[in-house]
Amino acid sequence: MPIIELSEVTKTYQGERPLRNASVPAVYDVSFQIEKGEVLALLGPSGSGKTTLLRLIAGFETPESGKIILDGRDVSVKGQVVPPEKRGIGMVFQDSSLFPHLTVRQNIAFGLYRYNKNEQERKVLEMIGLVGLTGFLDRYPHELSGGQQQRVALARALAPNPIVLLLDEPFSNLDPDMRSKMREEVHAILKRVSMTAILVTHDHEEAFTIADKVAVLNAGKIEQIDTPEMIYHLPKTYFVADFVGSADFIEGEVTADGKIYTEIGAFPNEIGRGGSRTAPNIVVMIRPDDIHLIPDPNGIAKIVSKQFRGSENLYKVLLPSGAIVHSSEHSLVDYPHGMNVRIALTATHTVVFSASSIKGRG
Amino acid sequence: MIGKTASFLIASLIAAPILVILSSWRTPMDDVFLHLMSTGLSEVLFNTLWLVMGVAVGTTVLGVSLAWLTATLEFPGRAIFNWALVLPLAIPTYVLAFVNIALALPGIRSTGGIIFVMTMALYPYVYLLARNGFLTSGKRATEVAQSLGQTPISAFFKVALPMAQPMILSGLMLALMETLADFGAVSIFNYDTFTTTLYKAWFSMFSLNAAAKFSSFLVVLAFLLLWLEQRARQSKRYIPAEKQPRSAMRVPLNGAPRFLASAYCFTILFVAFIVPVMYLSIGAFTVLSEDLDSRYFGFLGRSLGLSAMAALLVVAGALLMSYTHRYHKIAFLVRLATVGYALPGTILAVAGIMITTSAGFLTGTLFAMMLGYLTRFMAVAHNPIESGMARITPHIDEAARSLGAGGLRMITKVQMPLLREGLIVGAILVFVDVMKEMPITLMTRPFGWDTLAVRIFEFTAEGDWERATLPAITLVLTGLLPVILLTRRLERCPS
Amino acid sequence: MRFIVALSILFFTVSPAFAEEITIYSARMEQLIKPVFDAYTKSSGVKIRFITDKEGPLLQRLIAEGANSPADIFMAVDAGMLWKAGDIGVLKPTPSPILSANIPAHLRDPKDRWFGLSVRARTIVYNTKKVKPEDLSSYETLGDSKWTKRLCLRTSKKVYNQSLVAMMMADLGMEQTEKVVSSWVKNLAVPVFSDDTQVMKAISDGICDVGIVNTYYYGRLMEKNPDYSLALFWPNQKDRGVHVNISGAGVTSHTKHAKAAITFLEWLSSSEAQNLFADVNLEYPVNPNVKPDAQVAKWGTFKQDTINMENAGKLQIDAVKLMDRALYK
Repeated sequence: MPIIELSEVTKTYQGERPLRNASVPAVYDVSFQIEKGEVLALLGPSGSGKTTLLRLIAGFETPESGKIILDGRDVSVKGQVVPPEKRGIGMVFQDSSLFPHLTVRQNIAFGLYRYNKNEQERKVLEMIGLVGLTGFLDRYPHELSGGQQQRVALARALAPNPIVLLLDEPFSNLDPDMRSKMREEVHAILKRVSMTAILVTHDHEEAFTIADKVAVLNAGKIEQIDTPEMIYHLPKTYFVADFVGSADFIEGEVTADGKIYTEIGAFPNEIGRGGSRTAPNIVVMIRPDDIHLIPDPNGIAKIVSKQFRGSENLYKVLLPSGAIVHSSEHSLVDYPHGMNVRIALTATHTVVFSASSIKGRG
Repeated sequence: MIGKTASFLIASLIAAPILVILSSWRTPMDDVFLHLMSTGLSEVLFNTLWLVMGVAVGTTVLGVSLAWLTATLEFPGRAIFNWALVLPLAIPTYVLAFVNIALALPGIRSTGGIIFVMTMALYPYVYLLARNGFLTSGKRATEVAQSLGQTPISAFFKVALPMAQPMILSGLMLALMETLADFGAVSIFNYDTFTTTLYKAWFSMFSLNAAAKFSSFLVVLAFLLLWLEQRARQSKRYIPAEKQPRSAMRVPLNGAPRFLASAYCFTILFVAFIVPVMYLSIGAFTVLSEDLDSRYFGFLGRSLGLSAMAALLVVAGALLMSYTHRYHKIAFLVRLATVGYALPGTILAVAGIMITTSAGFLTGTLFAMMLGYLTRFMAVAHNPIESGMARITPHIDEAARSLGAGGLRMITKVQMPLLREGLIVGAILVFVDVMKEMPITLMTRPFGWDTLAVRIFEFTAEGDWERATLPAITLVLTGLLPVILLTRRLERCPS
Repeated sequence: MRFIVALSILFFTVSPAFAEEITIYSARMEQLIKPVFDAYTKSSGVKIRFITDKEGPLLQRLIAEGANSPADIFMAVDAGMLWKAGDIGVLKPTPSPILSANIPAHLRDPKDRWFGLSVRARTIVYNTKKVKPEDLSSYETLGDSKWTKRLCLRTSKKVYNQSLVAMMMADLGMEQTEKVVSSWVKNLAVPVFSDDTQVMKAISDGICDVGIVNTYYYGRLMEKNPDYSLALFWPNQKDRGVHVNISGAGVTSHTKHAKAAITFLEWLSSSEAQNLFADVNLEYPVNPNVKPDAQVAKWGTFKQDTINMENAGKLQIDAVKLMDRALYK
C-alpha cells in the first residue's frame, strides 16, 4: 500500500492565502503514489508548481479538487481538511527556520512534547548523532554555519518520526561544495532510517543524487514520473528532455527501413518512443555522452568551442546545417578550436519527438 | 487563530475616534470655520509647516549625529552618553517649554525658540531608533566599505546612513506626529498652529464641528507623513538585521576630535536635560515645605497605575492589530489606528466620551480614558511590535505547525518569545508617554483621580509656574527609571 | 507581572458608589476650591466629589454626556463660559431669593442659570518708576501714540481678554472697539505673552511700561516680590468703570440633586463662605456685604462696569473675530 497517494489534485490561483503576501502557482490534475521508504523528487523550473504541490501535501494549502491520502488517511476531505499540525509530516525549508530563541536541543525536542523527559532526551541524542552534530546541543542557531543549521533542521523534522519528510529546496542557500556534501549525507540519512521523503528542487543533479523517483513538473502538470535513469535517457517529452541535463536536438527523417536519418548518422527507430511514426519529420535528442568526436580533416563537423570541466571537456560542434551539438570527451585529450571532426554515434537508444511538438518552444 | 471578527472589531474601535472626527465633514462648514479659514490661515499653515520642518531637521541632525557617535566611536564618557542622551524623553514637552520661557533666554520667544524646545524634547526618538539601526545593520556594511577604501566618515554617509534609513524615518515620524499634536508647548510660546486653531474654534468660538474639521487636517497631514515614510522605505529595500550582533569594535578617537565629541554630547545633554532638571529641582525645593504632603503618594500611585494599565492595553491592542495584519489585508485600518498619535488628546478624549456615552453603561468607568490612550499611543507600541512580527518569517510558523504546534502552542512557544523584546520596548514607551499625557487624563479621569500631570496642569493653568515645579520634577524623576530601563534593553539586544 | 494584571482589574472595575453628595465639574483649580468644599462638608454633612479641567473641555464633556451626566454643578472662572453653558441648555434656571439677594444683578444671569461667586477686575498695571497715575485714564487711551512700544498684553486666546473685548463691544459698539484694539496692537512693545505674570515681569524689567492684567495675578506676584515697582490703576472711572469678571457656577440641567446643589450655591454666596471662597485667590467677594481680604482692600475701591456679565458670553465669538481682524494674536 503506498504511503502517499495523490489523485487528480488541482489547485488554481484563487484560494485562501495563509499569509497575505504568498502567491500560489497552480497545480493541475496531479496524481502519483509513493511507497514507504521511497524518496521522490519534484523537479521543475520556478513557477512550475512544485512547491505548491509540497505545500498541498503538508497542508499549508488546500486543493480545490482531488484527493490526498497519507498513510491510508484522506486528509483532503472537503470541510474536514486536516491541518498541518495533525498530519504527521516533517518539513525542512530553504532557510532552516530554526527557532532562534531555542537551543539546538530545544529545537530538536520541539515536536516531542508528547514524550516524557527521558524519551525526549534519548530521541534528541539519537537524532543529533544521526546528523553528525553531537556536542552542539547547547548552541543557538545563530552560532551555527548554514550547513550545520540545515542538519539540525533535518534532525528536528525527523525526531517525531513523521510519515513523510518534505524538503523544500533545502540546499539552495548553501555554497556548492557544502551542497554536494549535504546531498550525499541527506541521502544516506534517509536511507538509514528508511524515511519516506519528497524533495522539491530545480536542480536535476540534486534530484538524481537523492531520489529514487523523479517527477518533472511543468506549469502545474507532471510531465513524467520515472527513475532518474529513465528521465535522463528516455525523456517522454521535449520539456523533460530539455530541462533535465543538456540536450541538443537535430532534425531527422524516418525511413521505411526502420531507421532515422540525420546529418550525423542513422539512428535505429525504436518503436513507441516519442513522435508519431507516421510523421516523417522528427527531431532526435542528442546528449553530450551520446556522441563521440574523431579528429578527421575531412570531417563534416567543426569544433567551435571547448569548456574544461575537470574530468572532461565539453565541446561545442558546428554541423554543416548550422545545427549545434555538444560532445563530452575525456579531458586528457584536448582538441583545438576549429578542428574538423567526424561524429560517431555511441547512443544505445534513440529519443525522438515529433517536429510539431517542439514548435513554439524556445 | 484568534477570531478575525474579534480583532477586526477591536481594530475598528481603536480607529473609531478618528472616524468620528472625519465624519465632521458630513455637516456643512459653519461661520466659525469659514472665519478661521479666512483670517490668518496662511500664517497657521506656514507656522505648522515651519515647525514640522524645523523639528524634522533638528531632530534628524541631532538624533543621527549623536547616534552615530555613540554607536561607532569611542571617546570619553561615551558609555554614559549611550543611555543618558535618551533621558530627555522623561520630560514632557510642555514642562520643557515653561522652563525655557522662565529662564527667559534672549530670543527664546520666537519660531526658532519653539523649534529649539521641541527638538530638545523629541530628538531621543530619532536617536534611539537611529542607534538601533547603526548597531544592527550598519556595522558589517561599514567594515566592508572601509575595506574598500572609504574613510569612516564617507562610509557613514555612503553605507551606514542609508541602511539605517528606515529606522531613522520611524523615529522621525514619531517625533513629527507629537509635534503636530502638541498643544501645551505651543500655547506657552503663543505659537499658532493647526492645533491651537482647533482649540480656538472649539473653546473660544464654541464650534466642535469646526474643531473636528481642523483635526481632520491633522489627520491628512499625518497620513501624508506616513505615506512619505512608506515611500522612502520602499525605495531602499530594508535589509533584515543580522542574526548575530557584532561585538562593539569602536573606532577610538584621538586628539582634538575626542574632546569635541564629548563636548558635543555633553552640551546636548546639558541643554535638554540637566538644565531643566536643575531648574525644576531648585524650584521644587522652595515650595517643598508647603506643597509636599501625603497626597503625593496618591498622585504618584495613580500616575503609575494608569500608565501601567494603559501600557498593557495599548501593547495588547498593538499586538492584536499586528496579528490580524499578518493574516489579513487591513493595512489601511492599521494606518488609521496609528494616526491618532498626531491628534491632540482633547479631541480624542471627546470622541471617546461620545462613544462611551452612546453605550450608557460605560460612563464612569475608565473606558473612555483607556480608549483615548489606545488611539493616541497605538503608533508608539505599533512600531517595535511590527518590527518584531516581521522577523518571524512565514517559514518559522510553518516549521512549528509541521512539528505539531498549531494555534495556541505556536503562539506561546514560538511567536511570543520572539516578540518579547518588541512588546517590552513598546510597553515602556507607552508607559512614559501616558505618564506625561495631560489632556486625555484631565478630561476623562474618574472623580478624585488626580495624577502628577493633572497637578502640573492645576498650577500652570493659573500661571503658577513655581509651584508646578514640584509635580514636574516628581514626574520627571519617576519617568527616568523606565527610560533608563528602555535604553538598557535596547543596548543588550539591539534588534 | 501578575501584580500589574491584578491592579489593572481592580482599576477597571472600580466605580465608587457614593451617597448624599453633589458632583461638581470645576474649572476653578483644586487648591482654591478644596478648602471651601471641605468646609461645607464639615458644616452640612453633604459630600462633594469634583473634577477639575479647563472649562472648555468640561463643557464639552457635559454636552457629550448629555442626560447621563453625573454633574450637578458646573463651576467656571469666566462669565463667557457660564453664559454659553446656560445658552445651550447645559445649565438650567434655578431662581433663588437668597442668591438674588446676595449677588448684584449684573453679576448673575437674568434667567437664573448661573451666578457669580467672586469678582476679579481686569485692569491696568504700570511701572511706578516710569509712569505716573496722571498719565493714565482709560483702557481706550492705551492706544494713544504716547504709549507706542510701551504696552504689553496677554494673548487674545485667553478667555479673560475675550471677555474684556466682548464687554467693550457691549459698551462702545463693534466699530469703536475694533479701532481701540487695533491701536493697542500697534503699541505693543513685544509679541503678546501667554500669561499675565509674564506681562507683569516684562513691565517690571522695563521691556514695557503698562499692561492689562487680572487683579489677583498682581496680588500673587506682589506677595512673592514686594520690591517690584508695579501698581494698579482703575481706568474709566469717569464713565463706565473698570471691567470685571466672575468666578461662578450654575446647576446642570440633568442634575439629580437639584435641591442640594442650589443649597450649596446659596451657602457659597453667603457671608459664611464668601471670604473662604474669594480670599484664597485674592479676589473680591461677590456679596457686597462681605469685606474683601485686607491685602485686596489695600488696592482701593473703584467703580465697576455694571453691564450684565452675560454680554461676555453673548459677544465672545464676535470678540474673537474682532481680535483676529485687528491682528491681536
